[in-house]
Amino acid sequence: MAALESAFLNLGHIETLARKQSKIHQLDPRAKLLTTLIFIITVMSFNRYDLSGVIPFFLYPVMILIIGDLPLIYLVKRFVIVLPFILFIGILNPIIDQNIIMKIGSFSISGGWVSFFSILIRAVLTVFAALTLIATTGFHEICIAMEKIGIPNLFAAQLLFVYRYLFVLIDEASRMVRAKSLRSFSRKGNGLKEWSSIIGHLILRTVDRARRIHLAMLSRGFDGEIRLAHKYVFQLKDILYVLGWTSLFMLMRIFNFSILTGNILQKLMP
Amino acid sequence: MSHHIIEIQDLEFAYPDGTKALQQVSFRITHGESVALIGANGAGKSTILLHLNGCLFPTKGSARIGDVPITKSTLQSIRRTVGMVFQNPDDQLFMPTVYDDVAFGPLNLGFPLEEVQLKVMSALEQVGLAHVKNKSPYRLSEGQKRSIAIATVLSMNPDILVMDEPTSNLDPKSRRNLINLLQTFTHTKIIATHDLDMVLDICERTIILNNGRIVADGKTIELFQNADLLEQSHLEQPLRLNRLSSM
Repeated sequence: MAALESAFLNLGHIETLARKQSKIHQLDPRAKLLTTLIFIITVMSFNRYDLSGVIPFFLYPVMILIIGDLPLIYLVKRFVIVLPFILFIGILNPIIDQNIIMKIGSFSISGGWVSFFSILIRAVLTVFAALTLIATTGFHEICIAMEKIGIPNLFAAQLLFVYRYLFVLIDEASRMVRAKSLRSFSRKGNGLKEWSSIIGHLILRTVDRARRIHLAMLSRGFDGEIRLAHKYVFQLKDILYVLGWTSLFMLMRIFNFSILTGNILQKLMP
Repeated sequence: MSHHIIEIQDLEFAYPDGTKALQQVSFRITHGESVALIGANGAGKSTILLHLNGCLFPTKGSARIGDVPITKSTLQSIRRTVGMVFQNPDDQLFMPTVYDDVAFGPLNLGFPLEEVQLKVMSALEQVGLAHVKNKSPYRLSEGQKRSIAIATVLSMNPDILVMDEPTSNLDPKSRRNLINLLQTFTHTKIIATHDLDMVLDICERTIILNNGRIVADGKTIELFQNADLLEQSHLEQPLRLNRLSSM
């Protein structure tokens, strides 16, 4: 229960970060959303054995982190939550794919390990891109931006609602869990049955709440479309932001900067 | 023509399983009146309220707002006229920020953005909470949530305010603030509540419900003198009135 509540408090902190006033924070949400999407697509487009080509892309999250004045440790903690999922995706690669594709001295590395690390690094990059986007923009603004760049209204509205009621749901769940633990003492048996009943009740309450919210929405003239009272103006700096990063991503995608730098260093050294 | 009049005639409502929630309910509320709807839990208070803006339709009888009968085709104008404040502000405040929530109604009514902004700010100023407009409703105190929930309907310029238990779960000071706020409104008000002290402060007229029927309709101060009637309806004379009458 304590874990549930602290997870919720931590979630709220990212919204506090989103209210800072750095150069990044002041950009149009659409510009930041587009740039992040292009970044993610570019990073994902790399071949699974390509480790060195992906490395230069760390420039992007690092820059946002510095200019946006974001706390690295907090974001790393958020990242740790998704880490197990990433490990599960990649963990079989070293076992299945044992072709040796690289040799460092007498040490040989199989393709499986290379692709495993490639998955890991690309996950770090994309998750950090998403986290920094939320921490510099705020989830709400991102949803509005999604709607404005043409993602279906229904989808953006769903995300808005999930985010709004996540807190209420966590609150409700933690109250139920507290009530349960106060009456269960140290007895642990029959756990599954109790939990399934708690989850069942939570669903019933959620359905009930959804019905009441829907009534409240209808009472204020809701007709199926969520309208938002926001006007954004795409300024020159926003266009430059998107174009600047996009062209850099393209360059980094076409030319392998790691190898280029290595070659230059090799030439410089006698 | 006036939109401020509520007229309910022989209203009957049965849930799909056949349970009758309301029977032979009739009343007429005129311009500027403040009316309390009181009665036991499950007496039918909320069910009546839900009829007033077309969330429910009567099984028999009729409900009219001014000259307009409440039917599916008149819903848009009815809902604009009747501002409905639900009991739990967490159900009413569903948008990510206070501003968006107050803007929700006017935007649905199709007002241009500049107009929406004016309406939102004036509604927020009326309830004295313009400074929290960018906050998430979840982060507000219970009393502030209630006031914002009221602002979300004020922004639609309703003629009639319908409220379900506006003072429940509030601490005494927030409750007093809310009562003071409600006293500033000149709208026709209809309030379902258990808070009889508030009724004494705000509503000059009271309707008592018992088992889906109206058992009394009259001046608040007169009905509240009748301790037996209140007792039968699972109510209790407010302490303040007790003290007044014993003096």
